[in-house]
Amino acid sequence: MTSSVLTRALLYLGILAAPPAWAAEDGQVRTWAAACAACHGPRGKSEGGMPSLVGHDAADLAKDMKAFRRGQRPGTVMPRLMRGYTEAEIDAIAAFWAKEAK
Amino acid sequence: MMSGRISRRSFLAAMATLGTALALPARAAQGTVVVVGGGFAGVTFCRYLRRWAPGVRIVLVEPAERFISCPMSNRVVYGTLSMHNLTRGYDVLDGTGVERVRDRVIAVDPARRQVRLASGANISYDRLVLAPGIDFRFQDIPGVGKDGSDRVLHAWKAGPQTVELRLRLHQLERGGVVGLYIPKAPFRCPPGPYERATLMADYLRQFNPKAKLLVFDANADVQSKRDLFRNYWDTHLKGTLEYLPSAELKQVDLAMGQVDMGIAGRHRLNLFNLIPPQQAPAFALAATGEKPDARWCAVDFLTFESRNVPNVHVIGDAILGAPGMPKSGHMANQEAKVAAAAIARLLAGQPPDPAPILANTCYSFVSRREAIHVTAVFRYDGTERTLKPVKEAGGTSEAPSAHEGFLAMAWFFNIMNDLFA
Repeated sequence: MTSSVLTRALLYLGILAAPPAWAAEDGQVRTWAAACAACHGPRGKSEGGMPSLVGHDAADLAKDMKAFRRGQRPGTVMPRLMRGYTEAEIDAIAAFWAKEAK
Repeated sequence: MMSGRISRRSFLAAMATLGTALALPARAAQGTVVVVGGGFAGVTFCRYLRRWAPGVRIVLVEPAERFISCPMSNRVVYGTLSMHNLTRGYDVLDGTGVERVRDRVIAVDPARRQVRLASGANISYDRLVLAPGIDFRFQDIPGVGKDGSDRVLHAWKAGPQTVELRLRLHQLERGGVVGLYIPKAPFRCPPGPYERATLMADYLRQFNPKAKLLVFDANADVQSKRDLFRNYWDTHLKGTLEYLPSAELKQVDLAMGQVDMGIAGRHRLNLFNLIPPQQAPAFALAATGEKPDARWCAVDFLTFESRNVPNVHVIGDAILGAPGMPKSGHMANQEAKVAAAAIARLLAGQPPDPAPILANTCYSFVSRREAIHVTAVFRYDGTERTLKPVKEAGGTSEAPSAHEGFLAMAWFFNIMNDLFA
């Protein structure tokens, strides 16, 4: 019974309305995105080689990352890394970098 | 009250769960975090905690004045980079709101939440982050022991020994014999010794073609990028590099240059690069309540808090890694970010992020221009409370390329910026 009461309380407050999705300002997404900085530079600003992650639309970033993931775009490291993330996670990370200042 | 079917108790339970699920902005993170060790793990941690918890006092305890990167130090041995390229002054951190204490930690008192420094001073902490790297087990080298540690040329912590190894390699007598000993895994940087073997042999092939490199590996096979290294040795370094697996340090006479490597044979060497077996520093093992025979500190992978001692976290090479997790500068950087996020939230009275993902990328040079890579993605498994590599992800280059050599240097510039820019 407790779990159904809990479910009702959560539904009432609108918590269970959305499917699992991560907002760009969410702490978890911030930490996922920070992982990118090791190769792409702090705050997504690269000094060369790898592209900078800032200054792009979320949709463009997500499209590129998903193309790597699906094997539709050649690369070295990125296709192998992107297969470790879900497409929903890629959308959230792309949204995070799109909001980061140029 | 609400409907009679929802008891006050279950409503309160629901609200408590909600508080956790929503991560309600409880309060700003506050307190003191003491960070021990300014390597890839410690410096990354300081920079990211500063961003994510502006109200927290951060104290970095590090005796050195300058950071020297181990990644790329094999290129210094080869002669294609200088020590200057690996070095950054810690003074860069002084303007960033990180207090720097040039001292060494000798003991930790978890009950009082204090660290004791070599100078005799104590610093109190709310959270302690140990990023101490590795210590060498000189006691495992017969004929050397603890007292002979300064006679072992390991060059496995970048610094003056990196330069000494370069000089001695470049000044090797014509047709001389070089030995490289690789300890049993786990050790710092799994592909590192094989990269070094490849670059030293490539140097000899070009500039001292009658010289030889004997690679004594305590392991039964190459520990990382196996096929790439072995193919390269077969196709480019035959006659120069000889790989001798399952070697044992039976006897070592550093003065005479004589070694007995068990089934890898007895040899007379003109230059011996001996990478000793490794462990977490003793003070870190003691601070985290590890058993006397433990070599590494066991951590919870959501927070990198010690499994044994609360409020003490360990990141970088000193941790007991989950299966497949390498001790690398890149992984140290990734672990530091997960720990910084977790501690920022814990100090704000919130639970840590529930689903960490760590991405490892590691380049190795095989010649002056060409490099190869290995990658992996590690995700947190809440049931087993461990990090697991994603099977469908990760892998290695198909072949060495100059393009990856270019990317390897870009990686180095960017990760150094992640710490110091």
